[in-house]
Amino acid sequence: MSFLELLINGLRLGSIYAIIALGYTMVYGIAKMLNFAHGDIIMVGAYIAFCGIQNWGIPPVPSILLAMLVCTVLGVAIEGLAYRPLRQATSLAVLITAIGMSYLLQNTALMIWGANTKSFPTTFINNSSISVGELTIPSATLITIAVNIVIMVSLTLFTSKTKTGKAMRCVSEDRGAAELMGINVNRTISLTFAIGSALAAIAGVLMCSTIPSLAPTTGSMPGIKAFTAAVVGGIGSIPGAMLGGILLGVVEIFGNYYISTDLGDAIVFAVLIIVLLVKPAGLLGKPMREKV
Amino acid sequence: MTEAKRHRSDTKMVPVPSQSIVPERDVNELPVLETRHLGIEFGGLKAVDDFNLTIGKTEIAGLIGPNGAGKTTVFNLLTKVYEPTSGVVLINGKDMHGMSIVQASRQGIARTFQNIRLFDKMTVEENVRIGLHNKYKYDMFSGILRLPRYWIQEKRQHERSMELLDIFGMQDLADKQAGSLPYGAQRRLEIVRALATEPKLLLLDEPAAGMNPHETEELMENIAKIRDRFGIAILLIEHDMSLVMGVCEGICVLNFGRVIAKGTADEIQANPAVIEAYLGKRKEAEA
Amino acid sequence: MTKAKRKRLIYNLITFALVIGAYFIIQNMIAEKTISRLLKGLLVPICAWIVMAVSLNLVIGFSGELSLGHAGFMCIGAYTGTIVSGWLLAAYDMQDTTLRLVLAIVSGGIVAGVFGALIGIPVLRLRGDYLAIVTLAFGEIIRNLVKWLYVGTKDGELCFSFLNKDMPKGVKMLVDGAQGTKEKIISTFPAGVILVLVTLLIVLNLVNSRAGRAIQATRDNRIAAESMGISVTKYKMMAFVTAAVLAGMAGALFGLNSTTVEPKQFSFNQSINVLVFVVLGGLGNVLGSVISAVFLTVLPEVLREFSDYRMLAYAVVLILVMIFTNNPLIRSFVDRLISPVRALFHRKKDTMPGGDLQ
Repeated sequence: MSFLELLINGLRLGSIYAIIALGYTMVYGIAKMLNFAHGDIIMVGAYIAFCGIQNWGIPPVPSILLAMLVCTVLGVAIEGLAYRPLRQATSLAVLITAIGMSYLLQNTALMIWGANTKSFPTTFINNSSISVGELTIPSATLITIAVNIVIMVSLTLFTSKTKTGKAMRCVSEDRGAAELMGINVNRTISLTFAIGSALAAIAGVLMCSTIPSLAPTTGSMPGIKAFTAAVVGGIGSIPGAMLGGILLGVVEIFGNYYISTDLGDAIVFAVLIIVLLVKPAGLLGKPMREKV
Repeated sequence: MTEAKRHRSDTKMVPVPSQSIVPERDVNELPVLETRHLGIEFGGLKAVDDFNLTIGKTEIAGLIGPNGAGKTTVFNLLTKVYEPTSGVVLINGKDMHGMSIVQASRQGIARTFQNIRLFDKMTVEENVRIGLHNKYKYDMFSGILRLPRYWIQEKRQHERSMELLDIFGMQDLADKQAGSLPYGAQRRLEIVRALATEPKLLLLDEPAAGMNPHETEELMENIAKIRDRFGIAILLIEHDMSLVMGVCEGICVLNFGRVIAKGTADEIQANPAVIEAYLGKRKEAEA
Repeated sequence: MTKAKRKRLIYNLITFALVIGAYFIIQNMIAEKTISRLLKGLLVPICAWIVMAVSLNLVIGFSGELSLGHAGFMCIGAYTGTIVSGWLLAAYDMQDTTLRLVLAIVSGGIVAGVFGALIGIPVLRLRGDYLAIVTLAFGEIIRNLVKWLYVGTKDGELCFSFLNKDMPKGVKMLVDGAQGTKEKIISTFPAGVILVLVTLLIVLNLVNSRAGRAIQATRDNRIAAESMGISVTKYKMMAFVTAAVLAGMAGALFGLNSTTVEPKQFSFNQSINVLVFVVLGGLGNVLGSVISAVFLTVLPEVLREFSDYRMLAYAVVLILVMIFTNNPLIRSFVDRLISPVRALFHRKKDTMPGGDLQ
């Protein structure tokens, strides 16, 4: 495989990680919690889309929209039922609850869809490719990268230009002050989860189009990797999530090819560690200065 | 300010080269603190600039100025929370350049914080014992294996903690969780903890904040008591003028990061630059 | 002796008594054959998980750092223990299983400790969440690397190989890549209990000592601790490395309790598992860690009867417990229910001198 082909594959995988990382980083920035269950929402999104296309005969695009809808509702419900009661609790307590929620989602999926790995239909997205020079790029790759760019641009515009988006930034900076300014914090946080979960659904579909196997545990490792991507980019930073995701995707593809497929994961994590050692707040993160 | 409640010792202050004044009794001793052209710049903004101060070995000195003048920044420079971008800090003649916070502490400088920084989850006595950490030592293994050294040093720590708490009438609170104490007691505990490190210079950052006049009176007595009993120098940042004028021997006034006046309480009170800094410039055409 | 010291002493004694008492009860049950096969098989793992929980509590509860890679140290300990045990048998024909076990456990702890020091140096500089993710990353790296480790003995000599199984003919494999370790079972329940007691001794004594106070000070207020002349790095390292050593020993015990132990048993899911033990038992509460480790190891097994739903039930229970113990409204509701009971135990209300005047 040529360098360019690897790079494009890396961008594809990285785009998926970036979309997942965006969900993590938004929730972290605004609700100040690590939503460990995020990876599993990806899995749910993929399953819904799978059911839609495979079992219910719904065309691909509506299936994806259905998946997004279900995940959005699910994300908001989880926030309202499990995380909101713990707003005043320590971040560790919330983390454990999120972990419990992750187990809950995985085991519910296990109950509904069984443990057998399903094969995700990829024909709807992989049926064409474009030739650029010597390269043949599957359309799926282009779609993935395009979707990522669109999401990134929309989110940046949303948070900087719209009133709701600005409200989200306020809540992330100082929740108390935001509330005093009349911002409905509960609604803002719910909206954050809604957006994040919708993104997770998209990521789930894109991911399963790349790696077509789907099982209840499918969301777990990508979730972890995307989380590390968000941290590498600087948690709480939207461009950081994008950067971190792309970087990790590229490193994984190159690592798999040049060093060893088997050590792929280890290499990704090693890169993470190196980045954080050099830039302890992440690539685009702001080091928090404590007032003495 | 009533004449009756003055604790100021009416010390005779003599000038020293760096345009500072020190108590006459300390003139032949090495000053506990000397800064020369001390300054720090944050990305173009000079938070503190050309700060020169000498504090005598047993002096009670005050650092005052309007909010945002840079007083706490000076403390942070002295305790090496910040490394200065210009100038020199000498503690007992020793240049503190490049030292870490921990090293600065070992040089004999201790402080309290504007926003109280106690170890909330630990008891009052444990907080004081942290101050004694470097005074009564034993290593990790002695601790785990409960060797004789453990028992000896723990006993000494306990006795010394109670002794220190007793000075401030806090020995009954020894087992209370530090975070549960009322505000005034927390401030006192912070001072006790700092004293436990046996400093040569004690920095107090707004010790009277949130206190009523009676408590402030008590604090003044305590500060004088500390200096007399431990023979150390004290530098305090304060907004409460009755406290500053009542107990400080030498006062330094800061505004926008620069020294605008230095002198005794009387001199400072009469200084027009000081008055302007606090009250603003008198409008010209008012009549 | 002050009241606080007495309370602490009683707490420590109860902890030890509980473990020792449980040991004798269980030994009796083994002798009388009244113990279920399920529980008997869990005895050594329970000991290992207690040590893991207590050691992790040292890092999270007392040092205030969220470490998500604790299973990595367990993995190192398990593999080291296996290799040492196999090598001692092959090279020195050491038939005494107790001696082999002790040496395996000790070496597991030492090697894990070395890794703990190497990892701790860069990692402990990082801020909370970043530290969490880096420890998780290290745990995953360790697990991934041992998947490609091959170790065996031939004629009393150790043979190593990485990535490719490049072993001489007739070699006896000790560590076989993704298939994990291969070694006889030499762990025993008494050994496990002794390890638990040693762990409790180390952790409880450390925490109630000068170093322990320094560690807790770095947790409560980093800058204040530094201002008091306490080196934050030194004491955070102390907690981290001690915990790594203990986890390594637990790993060796655990590893030598099965003929084979696979890398995937030390995934971050296991680290999360131990984290749940610690948080549920209470941060900084050693006795709590012991109890929750036992309870939460036994519970899923006991629930196996409801096998399809047990993990689901576990997850729901976990979420409900967290909400109930952390939401102030629900807590005050529960407190009001309990207060008549509590009033029975407290004769005189504890008031502070001048506490009413604020």
